[in-house]
Amino acid sequence: MPFKLVLEKRVKDVPPWYPFATSIGSVVIAFIISGLILKLIGGQPLEVARYFFTAAFGSWAAFSDTLVKATPLILVGLACTVAFKMKLWNIGAEGQFYMGAFFASLVVLLPILPPDSPKIVVIGAMMVMGMIGGAIWGFIPGYLKARFSINEIISTLMLNYVAILWNNFWIFNTWSDAGFQMTPTFPKSAWLTRVTDYARPYKAFMQNTDSGLTRFLESIGLERISGMTLHLGVVFGLIAVVIVWWLLERSRWGYEVALIGDNPHAARYAGLNIARNIILVMMVSGALAGLAGMSEVTGVVHRLQERISPGYGFTGIIIAWLAKLNPFAVVPVAILFGGLILAGREIQPSGLAMMLQGFILFMIISSDVLLRYKIRFSK
Amino acid sequence: MTNAVEMQNVTVRFPGVLANDQVNLTLKQGEIHALLGENGAGKSTLMNVLAGLYKQSSGTLKVHGQPVSFNSPKDAIAQGIGMIHQHFMLVPTQTVTENILLGLDDPGFALNLPRYDQKVLDLQAQFGLHVDPAAKIWQLSVGEQQRVEILKVLYRGADILIMDEPTAVLAPQEIDELMNTMRSMVALGKSIIFISHKLHEVTAVADKVTVLRKGVVTAEGISAKGLTPAKLAQLMVGREVVFSVKKKAQEPGDVVLSVNDIHAENNKGVPALRGLSLDVRSGEILGIAGVTGNGQSELAEVITGLRSCTGRVIINDEEIANRPPIRAIESGVGHIPEDRSKVGTAPNLSITRNTIMKSYRHEPIGNGWTINFVKARQEARQLKDKYAILAPSVKTPARNLSGGNLQKVILAREISTRPKLLVAMQPTRGLDVGAIEAVQTLLLEQREAGAAILLISEELEELLSLSDRIAVISHGKIMGVMPVEEADVNKIGLMMVGSETVNN
Repeated sequence: MPFKLVLEKRVKDVPPWYPFATSIGSVVIAFIISGLILKLIGGQPLEVARYFFTAAFGSWAAFSDTLVKATPLILVGLACTVAFKMKLWNIGAEGQFYMGAFFASLVVLLPILPPDSPKIVVIGAMMVMGMIGGAIWGFIPGYLKARFSINEIISTLMLNYVAILWNNFWIFNTWSDAGFQMTPTFPKSAWLTRVTDYARPYKAFMQNTDSGLTRFLESIGLERISGMTLHLGVVFGLIAVVIVWWLLERSRWGYEVALIGDNPHAARYAGLNIARNIILVMMVSGALAGLAGMSEVTGVVHRLQERISPGYGFTGIIIAWLAKLNPFAVVPVAILFGGLILAGREIQPSGLAMMLQGFILFMIISSDVLLRYKIRFSK
Repeated sequence: MTNAVEMQNVTVRFPGVLANDQVNLTLKQGEIHALLGENGAGKSTLMNVLAGLYKQSSGTLKVHGQPVSFNSPKDAIAQGIGMIHQHFMLVPTQTVTENILLGLDDPGFALNLPRYDQKVLDLQAQFGLHVDPAAKIWQLSVGEQQRVEILKVLYRGADILIMDEPTAVLAPQEIDELMNTMRSMVALGKSIIFISHKLHEVTAVADKVTVLRKGVVTAEGISAKGLTPAKLAQLMVGREVVFSVKKKAQEPGDVVLSVNDIHAENNKGVPALRGLSLDVRSGEILGIAGVTGNGQSELAEVITGLRSCTGRVIINDEEIANRPPIRAIESGVGHIPEDRSKVGTAPNLSITRNTIMKSYRHEPIGNGWTINFVKARQEARQLKDKYAILAPSVKTPARNLSGGNLQKVILAREISTRPKLLVAMQPTRGLDVGAIEAVQTLLLEQREAGAAILLISEELEELLSLSDRIAVISHGKIMGVMPVEEADVNKIGLMMVGSETVNN
């Protein structure tokens, strides 16, 4: 070889912006590699990229759809962030998502509340139930780890299948809608408010008023909002971002989580109850994923059915990692992945979006070496 | 006699640091050459150059008179140079012989272990390094593991051995054995470079001494005969070091810690404490002397709530035994743990976050659910100044601190909570002369402030100069307690090996 790569351990710590730069760099490189592969098999990478962009961000309607996809991703991304902060490898956000959806649905399916309950009560109850469902699904592996040191990677992964099959059982067996693999549609009181719900008053407002605001909305292409399925779940997601950030960065509990994550021996020495925190973190993580499940059944599908998640729980792992466990960074990353999922559905071969996701994860994990080492070429 | 190694004008530059500056070192055939210096003086760097791990920026290396250039440790081993690292590089689940053979081309695919066990035994007999070749590494004591490291190097045919602080992890009698081994190796024609902090060991075993200070040689190959520890210390730190810190006479107060008939097991489930009892009063330092591994670690852990036991541990009238560690912390126990990086600090958290480990639950740092990080940073800055912690800022992660500065962070944290009882386990181990003095002074300040201090140390001199009373531990029991005025090294030594009981 004419030259060789030398890894030099960093003497000084990297500046705070550096981890985010490597994340962005990883995404860019993943796009380039995917483009090269596309070229290799005879595709037109630039054309595809342009299509990708248009399908995900090209119009307000498209962007609204992207945000709909990003909503559960924000919540599961946060779920993974909380667990990963303590180096608890919760691979079970997918299962916790399904259990959240299931428990939330119980409110109308059992029913827990009478069918004519006011919307705010139904939605509130569904939120609580969804978070409880996810928290139970986080508690089980958490307890097993705290009490019997059972590896949480295996138990959370396995519980995903249990949760999905558990859901299927009830959908097929008990609440099947005329033999289809889905329950009947929920009453409107169990639907999260959507943007399109305001289409009529919005239209009236736009037609009847002529102010700076309406002109501005028109000029940016928002003359009509009917059909926009963006729902209240995105607000849950954004509120959760702030709460999780505060919990992790400002609260006593967040400090304990960081301490246990960095050095459990030191945490025990500092008087922390590690077993209790393992269970607690798994439950909080599960509750966030469960809330994502609740938001999806009440905001998008409006019923419990099969395959309500195209692997959101697993994508959450990549999102948390790409966001470097920073709750605020989870939002743009989730939007990027929401766009990928949305556009990926309309592109052949359909595996393209998955390949891109895979490359992004691969690049992001590889790029971690840059945080610890400097790379130099030498002869 | 020929020169085994000649290092001439060796300079090693790291980004922003000049680790070695024009260093000369000559190792004669059949000589034990001590390399001394404070933490960060560049000793390990220099030896890593000789062992092929680093490459010098300039300067030449000669082995047996021939100029050499190493690109990897393999090249160094081919020239007969082997390094015994401070941290052992052994596979715990494999046997001694398997560890010795690891990475070699012979044996090939088929492993005929008994044949190689015999080879290892032959090698042991030659140098007097005894350890069961079929034993698994995890079953061995630290001293035995070190013997395996030495055997590994000898098996590869090294005749120049570099030992990086080999005594740092050993108990006193193991150190004697190691020194005998070193002497017998030299008698058989090997040459040894020996890095140490402990001055008396250097004068006991070395023929020649080279001293480094901040990357520069301050004494090159001077004879070890007739060197006084004071003279060596001066060469190392560039000033006269006061070895005995001044202790004020004072009357101890009430009993703060009372330990009564405790039994506890070690990590392997073997009884480590067998009916141990002791008292520590406020304003006094009780020194625990003993050979490492006689229950000292377990004693410290029982008192701080980190290990379960039977018996009674009472701190200020409160029962602590078998309660969670938080009970001990809340009743005013400070703890300087044995392992400062594995137990005492969180490596990736900042200095600030490491200094609030014990105080974050209460005002002014903790406030209900929140932590006041502005206040925490202020306090961390004050501690950094007061304890002279060398770091760019309080945001620096703990992993970037040297051993001495890490210890200061721990001391600052434990002392700033104004403990009623301070359990200090090997507080000066591995520190350089300047840092040792600082740590000892801090302990005495706490004594004057009225804290009860349990000082567990393997340095007898340290115990004798700091303690008010000395208790000797052996096989998990206190063999005797004596006022420091009545203590002498011989008496303590006999009790340490458990042969005499002196009742107070």
